[in-house]
Amino acid sequence: MNFDHETSKLDFVRHRKTFFGISIAFLLTGIILLATMGLNLGIDFESGTTVDVLTEEAVTAEEIENEFQSIGFEPDDVVLAGDNNEIGRASFIGGLDQQESLQIQSHFEEEYGAVPNVSTVSPIVGQELAQNAIISVLIATVGIIIYVTIRFELLYGIAAIVALFHDALFILTVFAILQMEVNIPFIAAVLTIIGYSINDTIVTFDRIRENLEREEKVETFEKLAQVVNKSLVQTLARSINTVLTVVFAAGALLVFGGDGLRVFSLALVVGLAAGTYSSLFIAAQLWCIMKYRSIKRKLAKQADEERKLALQENGTT
Amino acid sequence: MAKRRKGVRSSLIALFFVIITALGILIASNVMDHVDDISLGLDLQGGFEVLYEVQPLDGEEGTEINRELLTDTVSALNARIDVLGVSEPSINIEGDDRIRVQLAGVEDQEQARDLLSTQARLEFRDTDDELKMDGSDLVEGGARQNFREQTNEPIVTVTVDDANLFGEITEEISQRPFPDNRLVIWLDYEEGDSYEEEMQREDSKIVSAPSVDERIQSRDVMITGDFTQESAADLAGILNAGALPVELEELQLNSVGAQLGEQSMELAVYAGFIGIALIFGYMLLYYRFMGMIAVLTLSAYIYLVLVIFNWLNAVLTLPGIAALILGVGMAVDANIITFERIKDELRYGRSVMSAFKAGSRRSLSTILDANITTILAAGVLFYFGTSAVQGFAVMLIVSILTSFVTAVFGARLLLGLWVNSRALNRKQKLFGVKEREIREL
Repeated sequence: MNFDHETSKLDFVRHRKTFFGISIAFLLTGIILLATMGLNLGIDFESGTTVDVLTEEAVTAEEIENEFQSIGFEPDDVVLAGDNNEIGRASFIGGLDQQESLQIQSHFEEEYGAVPNVSTVSPIVGQELAQNAIISVLIATVGIIIYVTIRFELLYGIAAIVALFHDALFILTVFAILQMEVNIPFIAAVLTIIGYSINDTIVTFDRIRENLEREEKVETFEKLAQVVNKSLVQTLARSINTVLTVVFAAGALLVFGGDGLRVFSLALVVGLAAGTYSSLFIAAQLWCIMKYRSIKRKLAKQADEERKLALQENGTT
Repeated sequence: MAKRRKGVRSSLIALFFVIITALGILIASNVMDHVDDISLGLDLQGGFEVLYEVQPLDGEEGTEINRELLTDTVSALNARIDVLGVSEPSINIEGDDRIRVQLAGVEDQEQARDLLSTQARLEFRDTDDELKMDGSDLVEGGARQNFREQTNEPIVTVTVDDANLFGEITEEISQRPFPDNRLVIWLDYEEGDSYEEEMQREDSKIVSAPSVDERIQSRDVMITGDFTQESAADLAGILNAGALPVELEELQLNSVGAQLGEQSMELAVYAGFIGIALIFGYMLLYYRFMGMIAVLTLSAYIYLVLVIFNWLNAVLTLPGIAALILGVGMAVDANIITFERIKDELRYGRSVMSAFKAGSRRSLSTILDANITTILAAGVLFYFGTSAVQGFAVMLIVSILTSFVTAVFGARLLLGLWVNSRALNRKQKLFGVKEREIREL
């Protein structure tokens, strides 16, 4: 891959409205889905019932699951406990009613000779964790804006944060559509993508800033768009190579990591795609539009002052 | 006058091989020890769990155990587990009056159980068991682990709200006849406990009972006891974490399996190897010679993260692995940014040596800005986050700092040795730059 910005026909800025449109439409769908159906919350976030099945000897999660299925129940999660794995703990989201509990208890009493313990669970830790993650991210965005404003300029910071929320919401939308069960590792995946998104956006912005400094005068939108486009083309090889390497790691977990890691690694892969998309097609374009407006305002102000000055001069002579 | 073509400085290349051989030996000799030392979290390997029944405190039998009280208890337990330094505990309310606490990677299970269920009610009584002062007279969060000046033995200091109160108490006690002039410091005194009986016991609730000879007009109270530095720090920690609003009765003690299934760790490690192999292969294919440098520095990065991680005594959980993946990504990214810059410079027709210099210099500020922004975000997550969010942030900060050292300085050093040896002069092909791409100056 070698992208020469002078010969390249790639134009990232011209089709900005299409990119914005796609993202807005997709994320709006996401917001509507999240508001109506919501995410499919796992046992980490929803209250439910756990059944501790006591057995004489070691069991496997599969055995326990099969036992439940034989009487028509589908546990959401099975974890083994006890020093020799002689306890199988099955969790049911939403809970079981009295009759269902009795049915389960009698079945397992027959099967293993011990009455299983049935208890209701509240997911305080999961809920607090999700809340805490959201609040921490919001505070972090303020920090990011301040740093970027000092090192770059306020507009870069705003565009970077928009891209960040774009990526986080993108993952939520995909999971709202797929209705895959989300758990605590899902939060970790979203945090990872937020980190990646910021990193990725800043690298392209750094190139825009550098190219902009080399230009003498940037007063038209075309000129500004040209600088942005040139920067995006110059960093394209890097953008693609970097996302590829991270996708190798996350994708390997998705394909070979087993069921336990599926939600987590899928969220990572989806988020990486969103992060790269927003860095290439959303963040820089948004910055371009905002920057052009601020340039226009500055020019108008300048023209205004010149006119006043001219009037004053006319008045004195 | 014809310029004499400078020869290859083979000493630098020799130095390169010395460095990587040394590094290779270091890694090979103890990497497995470090891998074995990693403590895995509850989600990856399971841990042990305690099921508690929540009961009202002594003397407050009428208190209703409601949702709010349970939530407060969970928060207090969480604060204590932080003292233990365990990441990602799982605490769940079950039924109407039960709390299940699951801990991973705790080596001393006895100590953990003690720490969890103590109510941390610090009380000062006289030898007739009359209450003189309790936790409500102390400054909140004012407990510290300290060392006694003369003997250097570990102590715990607490701060009293009102120096006069402590003065009065010590004056009163100092006037009692020997051996009753003692200030008895209790932890979790219960009605029916007495000084005389408790002093005979081995596992006593009395922390210490110093004799008082004179009025002590001070806000700082030193508690000496049979402390090790660790147990003193633990006590200070739980005093600061606050007393439990309830009494916890242990119902059950179990070991518990991994939340992600039994084979999850093996599969994750296997997947990790595949992912890393793919990254290495891609970098070699795409960046050729520089890709080899990236493979070396990435190996060093993975090793260093492992060492630092163990050194911090951290517990590896799934969020930690997520941060590690992002760290690998950012380490590779730093390499890629630098290599792309060097290739750019080569295409502009610069010599290998000057392209290396210019490329390294120009890429540094980009890498710095990108890394600092991400570290800043991680720092905020660490400061404001709890359990899993915090664990993620620690791992991310460690990863970014390490990747900066290996991918920026490490890669520069290793590549610099080759470039400065002049062995690569006019060998743009080795950098993945084709001849026709190079513009004439």
